[in-house]
Amino acid sequence: MLQTVLDASPRTDAAAAQDVHVAAYRFMLLARLLDDKFAALYRAGKIHGGVFLGRGQEALSVSVGISLKKGDVFAPLIRDAAGRLAFGETVLDAVRTYLGSSLGPMRGRDGNVHRGKPQEGYLPMVSHLGAMISVVNGVLFARRYKKISGTVGAACVGEGATSTGAFHEALNQAGVEKLPLILIVANNQYAYSTPTHFQFACDSLADKAAGYGVEVQTVDGTDLGACLKVVGEAVARARRGGGPQLVVAELLRLCGHGEHDPNDYIDPKLWESPLGRDCLKVAEEYLLRQKWMAPSRVAILRNEIIREIEEAVAQVQREPAPDPFVEQWHSIATGHLNEGNEER
Amino acid sequence: MSLTYLEAIREAQAHALRDDPRVFIYGQDVGAFGGAFKATKNLAQEYPGRVLDSPISEDAMVGLAVGAAIEGMRPIIEMQFADFSTVGFNQIVNQAATLFWRTNVPCPITVRLPFGGTSGSGPFHSQCIEAIYAHYPGLIVLTPATVEDAYAMLLEAVALDDPVIFCEHKFLYYHLKADELPSEALPVGKARISREGRDLTVVTYSAMVHEALEAARELSGEGWEIEVVDLRSVKPLDTDTVVASVARTGKLLCVGESWPWGGVTAEIISRVTGEGFGLLDAPPQRLNAKDTPVPYHPNLWAAHRPTARSVASAARNLLRS
Ligand SMILES: Cc1ncc(C[n+]2csc(CCOP(=O)(O)OP(=O)(O)O)c2C)c(N)n1
Repeated sequence: MLQTVLDASPRTDAAAAQDVHVAAYRFMLLARLLDDKFAALYRAGKIHGGVFLGRGQEALSVSVGISLKKGDVFAPLIRDAAGRLAFGETVLDAVRTYLGSSLGPMRGRDGNVHRGKPQEGYLPMVSHLGAMISVVNGVLFARRYKKISGTVGAACVGEGATSTGAFHEALNQAGVEKLPLILIVANNQYAYSTPTHFQFACDSLADKAAGYGVEVQTVDGTDLGACLKVVGEAVARARRGGGPQLVVAELLRLCGHGEHDPNDYIDPKLWESPLGRDCLKVAEEYLLRQKWMAPSRVAILRNEIIREIEEAVAQVQREPAPDPFVEQWHSIATGHLNEGNEER
Repeated sequence: MSLTYLEAIREAQAHALRDDPRVFIYGQDVGAFGGAFKATKNLAQEYPGRVLDSPISEDAMVGLAVGAAIEGMRPIIEMQFADFSTVGFNQIVNQAATLFWRTNVPCPITVRLPFGGTSGSGPFHSQCIEAIYAHYPGLIVLTPATVEDAYAMLLEAVALDDPVIFCEHKFLYYHLKADELPSEALPVGKARISREGRDLTVVTYSAMVHEALEAARELSGEGWEIEVVDLRSVKPLDTDTVVASVARTGKLLCVGESWPWGGVTAEIISRVTGEGFGLLDAPPQRLNAKDTPVPYHPNLWAAHRPTARSVASAARNLLRS
């Protein structure tokens, strides 16, 4: 969310661009270092279940989180640590979910990337790909029904999810209802191990937009400036009443599907191609070239972030784990209608 | 005044729309057209902007309802037929059913499933799939058998803070009539003794309640008094009422229109044998549809599902055992 960055008195366009880039870069670096920490904790056997990283997708992801405002809706997916942080998630809540703290938003009932706070517009993903898009539609539909205007909702998916029925149904639904949905597709060239030619037969995923009557833009997902511009404009168009927006970003997943995945199926030529550029490095070089940040400032920032992450991990490791004897084991809100847990 | 089961469903929705601005209805053809069965007849005209046609997208229909519920609404989703809810199954069982447990945010949606067999409807417009929804934690599954229950339970479904799968039987839509709408009703989660008896307990729900009652009348002529328990709600299940009935009769026959593998009848027998094995004078029995898709032709269909005759016959066997 940007207003914290831009709330200051009017500034020139260049100065504003600098502020946004610097803020975005900070979230990208935070996400990268947080991901690195989760990977290290995973290798050390400190995390139950899997770890899924967003390495190489931070520029796109942060552009979504930073383009949204308080009151907007965000349904991130597995590679969106940067977007989540930019949307307002705290490092503590991310760490709590990965480490299963009972104080985290999911209280150990769900873990890793399955986290959110629905009451704050931050929707917690279910695993089933494509399934969150229509939920965003529903929030936006209800907002319109309640005559709340000016808010938008963004959902993120990978190119693999574009093959699901849920993707099709939801994008069509958003088109029919003209909802202010921004659907971000990160084409990172592989869905787990499946290359794109087994996933879709059109030239570009952008071709799909016409079939739903939605606007579409493509963007180089390794270029922070381009992502900020394209995603920011899509969000602005949706906010102005322009209807659903599709954004297709081309990039490469610079990690395994999860940390368990050796990732050896990726075509080596892709690493050398422009798609294989590390968006974090690209952004950093740009900031330095523009003299928007000094090298010393980058080093200080990195140290600050590492300290923040280490403190969060240390704190969460002292927090109570969920206790099965305290857990209510209630799956529905209407207390007396829960069943099945009595000692029969 | 006299109204049908279907009209009761329409009235319940009208009252929900009238009394609660958070309620809206979303489904295929439910708007100006009034729904495939006319369960929303005139509601779009009476409540403009609140009874809305959806594309044929069961997954996205339920997904939208969940999002709207997060935003504080109380959507009613009409599936055109229960059979098509399987296309929205993922959103029902993985999204709606898990939301509260995962996040503490309730998910008050009502999914109406016009379900069950009618003559000539065939394999894809007749299914009884209450048991697969009941299997998932996080859902309430209701199966009203009377006009009064159809009305009162639908109103209660909309008022509940949880996802409710509301199974309304198409066979009862037009046949069943009542003189007036109830002003009070048994709460969700309580079974009803539809007929008292001392010799055998038939536990059933939805349209099969009426087959069981007819069988009970027939057997009464032969000197047997059958107790019929209408579950009303298959999840939660009112085990106490069932066990208390078996304590009186000593014999249990469970009847369901759904398929025989697993399901509500098996669940009842499991619970009664677990909690009240000593109450049983004979092995508990169950009667379900045959393990094939639901047939189209009336001759086949009448033999596929339990009827008053087959219920009476199963009861006789059990009574003589
Ligand atoms: C409906 C569904 N089918 C299968 C899976 C298992 N699965 C999890 S992630 C994944 C690959 C996803 O690829 P993509 O959508 O391109 O996203 P990426 O992982 O590349 O970011 C698969 C197959 C799932 N989560 N949901």
